[in-house]
Formats: sequence, structure tokens, C-alpha cells
Amino acid sequence: MAQPHSPAIRRYTRRLTAFMAAYVALILAMGWLFRHAPPPAPWNAALAILPALPILGVIWTVMRLLVEETDEFWRMLFIRQTLIATGFCLTVMTIWEFLQNYDVVPQGQHGFGTAFFWFMGLGLGAIWNGIDLRRQRSEP
Amino acid sequence: MNNCLRILRAERGWSQQDLAERLEVSRQSVNAIETGKYDPSLPLAFRIADLFAQPIEAIFLRD
Repeated sequence: MAQPHSPAIRRYTRRLTAFMAAYVALILAMGWLFRHAPPPAPWNAALAILPALPILGVIWTVMRLLVEETDEFWRMLFIRQTLIATGFCLTVMTIWEFLQNYDVVPQGQHGFGTAFFWFMGLGLGAIWNGIDLRRQRSEP
Repeated sequence: MNNCLRILRAERGWSQQDLAERLEVSRQSVNAIETGKYDPSLPLAFRIADLFAQPIEAIFLRD
């Protein structure tokens, strides 16, 4: 998501940086903890959820951008980007689920969860928006 | 929706950036509206009409 210099984008970038830093710290810390000193129940559930919280923060950050961006054209582009991300994520996860249902691929996600594909979809949406903007620029 | 924004802007010697600043939107917004890729909201259409001192229907035309 890249409209330069708008206050909403600056807030988005600050929030995204903070949540991603928290995510990296928590995923490394929980990985180490569960390998070397697995916590007992119910603490294991609470601690296992911790790295998911910054991911929820990132999703909140994206939604806040849609609310806070005052330029309606850019807001439309960001909404299209999130719709592309949601569509891509749902498509991949639905196909994957059926492949697993019929034992075509192994069970489990091997670290590639729903959020991973949604973020990948945001990247695809950004590429789509970029192509669209370049096409507009090249028109007379 | 067609519009004559580019002509009105050119008559005043404004660049897309000049118009964008007057409307408090991005230059890309002005470009998208001029090229018909994006139809502005009613509030923005009124701001454009006010800026050029013309009714909305004189600026934005049916396809």
C-alpha cells in the first residue's frame, strides 16, 4: 500500500513497523521457549497465541488505513487491494483444504497460514494497483 | 462518466498538481478523474464544480 506522504500512510507505516517488530520478537522468543522449556497448560495456550496478536495488529492497521485515508481515489485503491488479498487468500485456502480432504497433500500448514496468504494477496493487490496507475500515466 | 476537467484546467493554465492542491486531493486522483478511470464522489464533484464556478452537469457528462 503505497500512496506517498499522506498522514494516514505515515501512521500506517509506523503501526506496521511496530507490529512486525513485535511479531519477529515474539515468534523467536516463543520458538525458543517451546523448544527448550515447554510451558505447562494452560500457559502453553496463552503463550502460543502471543505471536498471533501482532498479526491481528497488522490486520487492524490495514483496516485503519481504509478508515483514515482522506483521499477517496487512494482509499478506493486500498479497498481494491484488500479485496484482492481476501479473494486470493480464500481461493488458496479453499483449494488447499480440499486437497487435504482427499489426502492429495499432507495435513498441516507447515508455517504457511491464512495470514501469510492474505499478506501475499496484499502484495499482489499492490502490484495490480501499480500496473493500473502506470497505465493511466501513459494515457494522453 | 465523461468530463471536461482537463479542458477547464488547461484554460486556467493549471497543472494536475495545481488542481489537486486546490481540491485537496492527490495528483493521481485528478489524473484518474480526467481520464475517466474514476468517478468522484458527490462531495468531491461539488468541490470541483464550486472551484470552476459551474454546475456539476456542465462538467460531468453522461456516457
